[in-house]
Amino acid sequence: MTEVNVTDDRPSGMQGVIADWASDQRAFKGVPWGKAMMWIFLLSDTFIFSSFLVSYMTVRMSTPEAWPNASEVFALHMFGANIPLILIAIMTFILITSSGTMALAVNFGYRKNRKMTTLMLVLTAILGASFVGMQAFEWTKLIHEGVRPWGNPFGAEQFGATFFMITGFHGAHVSIGVLFLLIVARKVWRGDYEDDTERRGYFTSHKGSYNIVEETGLYWHFVDLVWVFIFAFFYLW
Amino acid sequence: MVDITPEKVENVSPAEVPEADLYHAHSFWTKYVFCQDAKVIAIQYSGTAVVIGMVGLVLSWLMRLQLGVPETFSFISPESYLQFVTMHGMIMVIYLLTALFLGGFGNYLIQLMVGARDMVFPYVNMLSYWIYLLAVLILVASFFVPGGPTGAGWTLYPPQAILSGTPGGTGLGIILMLVSLAFFIIGFTMGGLNYVVTILQARTRGMTLMRMPLTIWGIFTATVLALLAFPALFVSAIMMTLDSVLGTSFFMPAIVEFGEQLSYGGGSPILFQHLFWFFGHPEVYIVALPAFGIVSDLLSVHARRHIFGYRMMVWAIVAIGALSFVVWAHHMYVSGMNPWFGFFFATTTLIIAVPTAIKVYNWTLTLWRGDIHLTIPMLFAIAFIITFVNGGITGLFLGNVIVDVPLSDTMFVVAHFHMVMGIAPILVVFGAIYHWFPLMTGRMLNDAMGRFHFWVTFIGAYLIYFPMHYLGFVGVPRRYWSMEDTNFIPDSAADLNAFITVAALIVGFAQLVFIYNILVSIFKGKPSERNPWKATSLEWQTETVPPGHGNFSKELPVVYRWAYSFSVPGTVDDYVPQNVHPNDVKLVEPEGS
Repeated sequence: MTEVNVTDDRPSGMQGVIADWASDQRAFKGVPWGKAMMWIFLLSDTFIFSSFLVSYMTVRMSTPEAWPNASEVFALHMFGANIPLILIAIMTFILITSSGTMALAVNFGYRKNRKMTTLMLVLTAILGASFVGMQAFEWTKLIHEGVRPWGNPFGAEQFGATFFMITGFHGAHVSIGVLFLLIVARKVWRGDYEDDTERRGYFTSHKGSYNIVEETGLYWHFVDLVWVFIFAFFYLW
Repeated sequence: MVDITPEKVENVSPAEVPEADLYHAHSFWTKYVFCQDAKVIAIQYSGTAVVIGMVGLVLSWLMRLQLGVPETFSFISPESYLQFVTMHGMIMVIYLLTALFLGGFGNYLIQLMVGARDMVFPYVNMLSYWIYLLAVLILVASFFVPGGPTGAGWTLYPPQAILSGTPGGTGLGIILMLVSLAFFIIGFTMGGLNYVVTILQARTRGMTLMRMPLTIWGIFTATVLALLAFPALFVSAIMMTLDSVLGTSFFMPAIVEFGEQLSYGGGSPILFQHLFWFFGHPEVYIVALPAFGIVSDLLSVHARRHIFGYRMMVWAIVAIGALSFVVWAHHMYVSGMNPWFGFFFATTTLIIAVPTAIKVYNWTLTLWRGDIHLTIPMLFAIAFIITFVNGGITGLFLGNVIVDVPLSDTMFVVAHFHMVMGIAPILVVFGAIYHWFPLMTGRMLNDAMGRFHFWVTFIGAYLIYFPMHYLGFVGVPRRYWSMEDTNFIPDSAADLNAFITVAALIVGFAQLVFIYNILVSIFKGKPSERNPWKATSLEWQTETVPPGHGNFSKELPVVYRWAYSFSVPGTVDDYVPQNVHPNDVKLVEPEGS
């Protein structure tokens, strides 16, 4: 493997922050436009998921009916026993793993290793797609058991409403991420981000730069992080 | 060794660009319709906002007709009156003011004032406008569906918003409203990311944050607020749509309607109010902060004096923006909150008065001993200060729990927020249009019509809203179609209402004069000078007026100073543009040489 060198001769710590913000042209030195946009977008998206989760907590408090027991509702009947949270454990494991492969893709991107970057991106997309698939399985199972947004046999009706809304919104984020990963993987494979490319187009950013891989990665890690919160608040509480 | 030094990435546009790298539209469609040039997008945004704003204006006339001469117009039923109230509020706050300040002025001024060639993501910027247009069309469509638009009040409080007793509550009206809001937010987010990243990452050489005109600071902070506040509205719109369409119970408690138990149960109506006002209060400042910024620049340019306390002005904008996120529940004093919450939110609300007062003092001190030119933009700017102080002071009344409780839901509230976030920002919009119209078109607006427009609007606004404060004190409630059976209201209130209606119609007429002035002046106005107001900021230093694609000539300007170098001692001209090299500033020859 090639050795990676990160150099930065600006003042460190608070001094550096002040120097950057007091400077002209760019507040975040060396940060491409797309990356800055992605961070700000994710900040905005954080507020969306926070609003969802706070709403979930509020209706869970406001409803007079008992909340369904998560370890029973989300249990799978396997090998002659009800195993609580087994599906969610697998799903979470898969999503966290995909974060790892995504991080590798970003690293290989900076090394301009075209093949490995593509491979890691495709692997991330496959893991993401299998997460969505398992989520579809879970939805189907719950719907078969009679869980609906407007009611369910296990307890408070807000259970179904918040579950479908929040996991649905998160699942949509994952699905969009998978699509985006595949698009970027194709472009990487085609060599759109190589130094000598003549191809310019959407998401190609600047010539000879794999920034878009990192930007996609930011989004992907964010979606994973959101899942951790959904997992904690929905399945463990 | 692989080098991934952050400094390697060069995203600032080079000062000099080859012709091929500039954005060039190739056909009529890409030049005027699906255009990626922020200046064209700005005009599209403004045009759409003004058209839908006219709808809002007409709705206000209909309301005033009903209040001023009740029992006269058979087509204004109690239901349609509520629909007018709702749609007027929603249109004016979101589809007119937010879109006009951020989509219109934001798009036009940001890239020019910071010295960029365009927004950083022109394609996304174009999509932003088209999604906004879609949101407007959905909103307009709700006027034509069975049952008409929603009449839930612009705050859309559940449970009433989706019950059959409310106009449009069980039909398509409320759903189209919510869907339209969701689209508006998606479109706005696309634009907003553009504004923020352009300001942070695409400034020209020498343009530090503390050299930016206050207009940009106002728009920047407002956009950040919007990106963080709109999510709450987005989420509540989704949840209320689900409540209405799927029968979920996010906001719906167990409820009996016309003797029939509905299938809802266990939801929290207060949750909606919290989400709504977590958006709703920052929204006030999303509208106000760009106005603060623009008015600072108008005052400085037309008084030929530097803005007083520039740094304080910047920090006041930032402080107001931050505080606006912790005051939202002062809209909910009568909603049944824990009284300790009221205490907390009253305190934070009153603290906002500090940075706001700093701004008002600094505006006044900017005028102090200035060379005041009473041009039309200046008239509007001064009118803004007066109106804003008025609206701000009544805000102190309503910010206190004990004073707010009796005034809540009366005409006093209507007068307060119209003064502070209706009239005051609109006065700035007018001032800004008179100020920048020469830049956008190369022509001046007609001065006589402008002065007529100003005086009628300014005086008329006071004739409308001052009496409303009094009506509120005597207890006239808002959102009432008719006062006939409310015994505690004196008969004189009806006379006052009739007077207000006459004033409102006259002010409305003045706006038609303004629209006429714009339409005529675009084609037949007096050609303007290159920099008619002798302003220092970069938007007037472009190669051509109006600026073409790519804004500046081949080389981007270099900025040497702030935007407020007016009446600098020892210089020949009374202003020094931001991009004039210190060696090129024309100095007065010392005596005796």
